[in-house]
Amino acid sequence: MGDYNVPIYYLLTHILHCKVQKPPKISDRTIELGNKYSPSFVCMPFKYTLGTLLESLEKGANVLLQMGGGCRYGYYYALQKEILKEEGYTFDFINLVTAGKTDVKKIIHDFKQIDTKFSILKSGYHLFITMKMIRYMDKIDIMIRKNIGFEKNKGEHIRLKKQMLSSFEKTKGYFSLFFTYLQYRKKFKNIRIQKGKCLKVGVIGELYTIMEPFANYDLEMMLSQFKIEVTRFTNATYLLFQKKKRVKKYLKRVKKYSKNRLGADALDNVGRMVYLGEKKYDGVIHIKSSFCTPEIGVMPILRRVANDYEIPLLFFSFDANTSKVGMETRLEAFYDMIEMRKKNE
Amino acid sequence: MTVGIPRGLFYYYYGELWLKFLDILHIPYIVSEETNQYIIDLGRHYATDEMCLSMKIYLGHIASLVGKCDVILIPRIDNFGRMNQTCTNFLAVYDIAQNIFDAKFITYDIDYLKGQTEEEAFKKLGKELGVDGETSIRSYHNALISIDYQKQKKICLNIEKLESKRLKILLVGHPYNIYDNFIGKPIIVFLEKNGIEIIYADLFHENMMEELGSKMQENLYFKYSKNLMGSIVLCEEKVDGIIFLTAFPCGIDSLVNELAFHYLKKPYIDLVMDELDSSVGLETRLESFIDILKRGAAY
Repeated sequence: MGDYNVPIYYLLTHILHCKVQKPPKISDRTIELGNKYSPSFVCMPFKYTLGTLLESLEKGANVLLQMGGGCRYGYYYALQKEILKEEGYTFDFINLVTAGKTDVKKIIHDFKQIDTKFSILKSGYHLFITMKMIRYMDKIDIMIRKNIGFEKNKGEHIRLKKQMLSSFEKTKGYFSLFFTYLQYRKKFKNIRIQKGKCLKVGVIGELYTIMEPFANYDLEMMLSQFKIEVTRFTNATYLLFQKKKRVKKYLKRVKKYSKNRLGADALDNVGRMVYLGEKKYDGVIHIKSSFCTPEIGVMPILRRVANDYEIPLLFFSFDANTSKVGMETRLEAFYDMIEMRKKNE
Repeated sequence: MTVGIPRGLFYYYYGELWLKFLDILHIPYIVSEETNQYIIDLGRHYATDEMCLSMKIYLGHIASLVGKCDVILIPRIDNFGRMNQTCTNFLAVYDIAQNIFDAKFITYDIDYLKGQTEEEAFKKLGKELGVDGETSIRSYHNALISIDYQKQKKICLNIEKLESKRLKILLVGHPYNIYDNFIGKPIIVFLEKNGIEIIYADLFHENMMEELGSKMQENLYFKYSKNLMGSIVLCEEKVDGIIFLTAFPCGIDSLVNELAFHYLKKPYIDLVMDELDSSVGLETRLESFIDILKRGAAY
């Protein structure tokens, strides 16, 4: 998912004494494979992850990892296991989250089965470093999102980020990680940018589609080409550490629209929408994979919030067959609309 | 105060209980009419186009009730414990309706993880209707007892059907789809016309089904789907074929039914319904499925 394979790869290589295979980058073939073996109206992340799992099995992996979430995401692994078994592969499947909760004991047990030398203490230390790494990456990402549309020499941010990721991969301990982070933060700050008054757009929506650039057809890059500053809330830091606290805050904020949890990230999105409305953003883009039930449910509520705060709202629903051209056209129209609105004010 | 009850989703799980409960408390109520084209059109108007058919129909029912009653009852069912969760629509529909319609709603919340049991929920419901806690709990238990006989009878009849000599088909689907006038009724009518014994997957003892359901897949954590899968495990040996009835695009069924397909060895057919389905195409498919079953039974 996105660039998070770096910290996860780091974690696995350090706690396990086996060969860890990097997940192949999502390509058209991944989607084709995933599409072929998936049920017809399951949501997109299922197809993407299934495709990735198939590709890694082809390359010779025999232990697979899958996460889980609050909606049907937590149930992916059961069906994927069944489908892959039918295809004739043999493997161990470790699921990290079931029914919205992590069963630490079971995971440790599972890890011990594949690796007899697995040590809890050591992996705890490395888990800590991994979490820190994710946190640093997200902090840098927020900075990049603010400035990438306005850089003087094009492509500088991306180049620097690639460098940073490769040096993160070689991390030896916590302090070396920390110093690399400081070093790169300075470098990112030194990138020359040209920024005057600009349009501000918030991107909200379903977590997988937001975090995997391939799944949203590089929406953020496209926005940056329009010279728009992008604000995005969902990242791994949010999902891992902040969600529980924030949800309570959001519940207070959106009292007028919703009094309860709405499943998965739906309530969070209403909260963000209200926040963006209060901060007078120029527009909001809501993206999701098609058939994502919680996000579909939240759409009427978002529409009402948008009406109340008079903020333009654009919905995108991504499928394997979404064409990039059609998406660009809609984005252009949206951009023209919010720009004109800004001029008229 | 008149309570409006939409005939959709929850109605097929709790309808009888609600009606009895309100009867005992002498509170007038109206239930929206059976699903018809008008209600579907209403639902399509108010719903987002990607919502599932059952949800669209439910919103249509709510829309048809607006203005006819003082309050509309929409419960919110979150979970029955960690391994017994429900569809996200079940926990969001109250808030969705509140944002779409300009009407007064009453709700109760079932959330066992937070200690909101069904009894507590009905107490809360009574409170919103202006009844004190003790009376509403007593009426809740009375209502439970008085509907229990009918329920058990239905279950017994359903189990008896398993021994029938006719061609037996297990109809798997959520009750709000099976018993709906638009989605499930045409299928049931057609099957009965062809002299087929229909066994309903939702009419079994819940506790037993839960255990059996986890036999198919141990970590299945959707309560209602678990019950349906349990019925498949129980009946697979005895029935001739299985019909899966799904509303397009049901989130849970897309995964769980697929799992069942991998598990099954008997012939099955997967019927996915959307609001445009014509009954002709459906009948052709069902006819050929029945033909296959008849051939299979003859051998």
